[in-house]
Amino acid sequence: MSELTWGLWQLLLSGAWVTVQLTVYSAALGAVVAFGIGIARTHRLWIVRFLSGLYMEIFRGTSALVLMFWLFFVLPVAFGWQLLPLWAAVLALGLSYGAYGSEVVRGAVAAVSPAQREAGVALSFTPAQQLRKIIIPQAWPEMIPPFNNLLIELLKGTALVSIMGVGDIAFGASLIRNATGQSAPVYTIILLMYFVLAFVLTRGMRVVERHAKAGIGQAPPDSGSGLLGKLSLRRQTAVTGDATSAGGI
Amino acid sequence: MEWDWSKVGDFMPAFRDGVLVTLQALLLGSLIAFGLGLVWALAQRSELKAVRWPVTVFTEFVRNTPLLVQLFFLYYVLPEWGVTFSALTTGVIGLGLHYSTYTAEVYRAGIDGVPRGQWEAAKALSLPRTRTWGAVILPQAIRRVVPALGNYVVAMLKDSPMIATIGVLEMLGEARQFGSQTFVMTEPITIVGIAFILIAYPASLLMRALERRLVR
Repeated sequence: MSELTWGLWQLLLSGAWVTVQLTVYSAALGAVVAFGIGIARTHRLWIVRFLSGLYMEIFRGTSALVLMFWLFFVLPVAFGWQLLPLWAAVLALGLSYGAYGSEVVRGAVAAVSPAQREAGVALSFTPAQQLRKIIIPQAWPEMIPPFNNLLIELLKGTALVSIMGVGDIAFGASLIRNATGQSAPVYTIILLMYFVLAFVLTRGMRVVERHAKAGIGQAPPDSGSGLLGKLSLRRQTAVTGDATSAGGI
Repeated sequence: MEWDWSKVGDFMPAFRDGVLVTLQALLLGSLIAFGLGLVWALAQRSELKAVRWPVTVFTEFVRNTPLLVQLFFLYYVLPEWGVTFSALTTGVIGLGLHYSTYTAEVYRAGIDGVPRGQWEAAKALSLPRTRTWGAVILPQAIRRVVPALGNYVVAMLKDSPMIATIGVLEMLGEARQFGSQTFVMTEPITIVGIAFILIAYPASLLMRALERRLVR
């Protein structure tokens, strides 16, 4: 550990900042995609449902790393668009995690009781109003635990950008490994850094969930007891749930 | 966009090798993930705190940190400790270990889903512990979780290109190598991307079909 000088620590800390930025921007793009595609999948026109389903299957079916390679190496040659590395990474992560998130949105929207929609029709709300004022507010709290899982997957996915030379935590670690010639300390440290980031994200999402549930008059969830309960970053999910949407980078 | 079919033909032999390595890594990784996951799930139900705690902490840690960094850890740190594996073996161990922490959760949910009456029936028949688990609980639990396990195999498939970063020549590794030798990137990377969809989509359809049949 003594090998790690202050300058090398700075490398890791600036890497952590890049990782946080990547996570935030990709999550924002992913959320937009998730809501757009997820709601389009319940549209009444079949062509909209088909196209959004096609998007979901394509981006869920391919590997985020391959997509990233494609954006980095093929897009500039084939179409002449050179994206800044950071933005290409955000695009790749946001588009693929948005596809996973769209399933979460679709599931939560479908789980809202049909009587609620009918009430909206009876009050002659337009479809957009029904969505905005009735469906989404009730579906939202249901989305948060799976979104939390996806957010952690996204955080883990940001490590891929180090392969493309974006200076995130993992990239800093590879520089330090080359500088000090030692792998064990630096890789242990960055694994812990990622774990702490994931822990902070989970705590934040629990707060969001408590607010969202209180907003529609539900009790906050029972977050397991004791330290082990706190440590478990993922809420237990049903076996029959679509596990593909949880795993996979 | 220029698309040259002759480049596609040039890439095909390397691509075939890559597909085989990907499938090999996937098969071996799944076996590790299925076996080790069951070990974690059973250990987390242990009555001994000294078993339950470390296993829970370890699996939470592995599940919430990036596979890529874990692969680097295994690839660079283990040799420092005197353990050296080939790149493919390291990749398979990394994939299997990472996904075992997911399958552990799946098994746990499956075991929790076995009705309490089954436990009571096993007790009433005074079956020994091993028979209770081996003949009553696990067969019912695993049957219910087969589709969920399959979904993680698909997820593992999509993570498998990460092992190209430690030098395994699977699909993406072959595409990268082909690209650096011939300066042709468009065709190989696009083909690899399409190949993932072509493998993953039927596999996820299969899982959905299995789910309808097995989980009721």
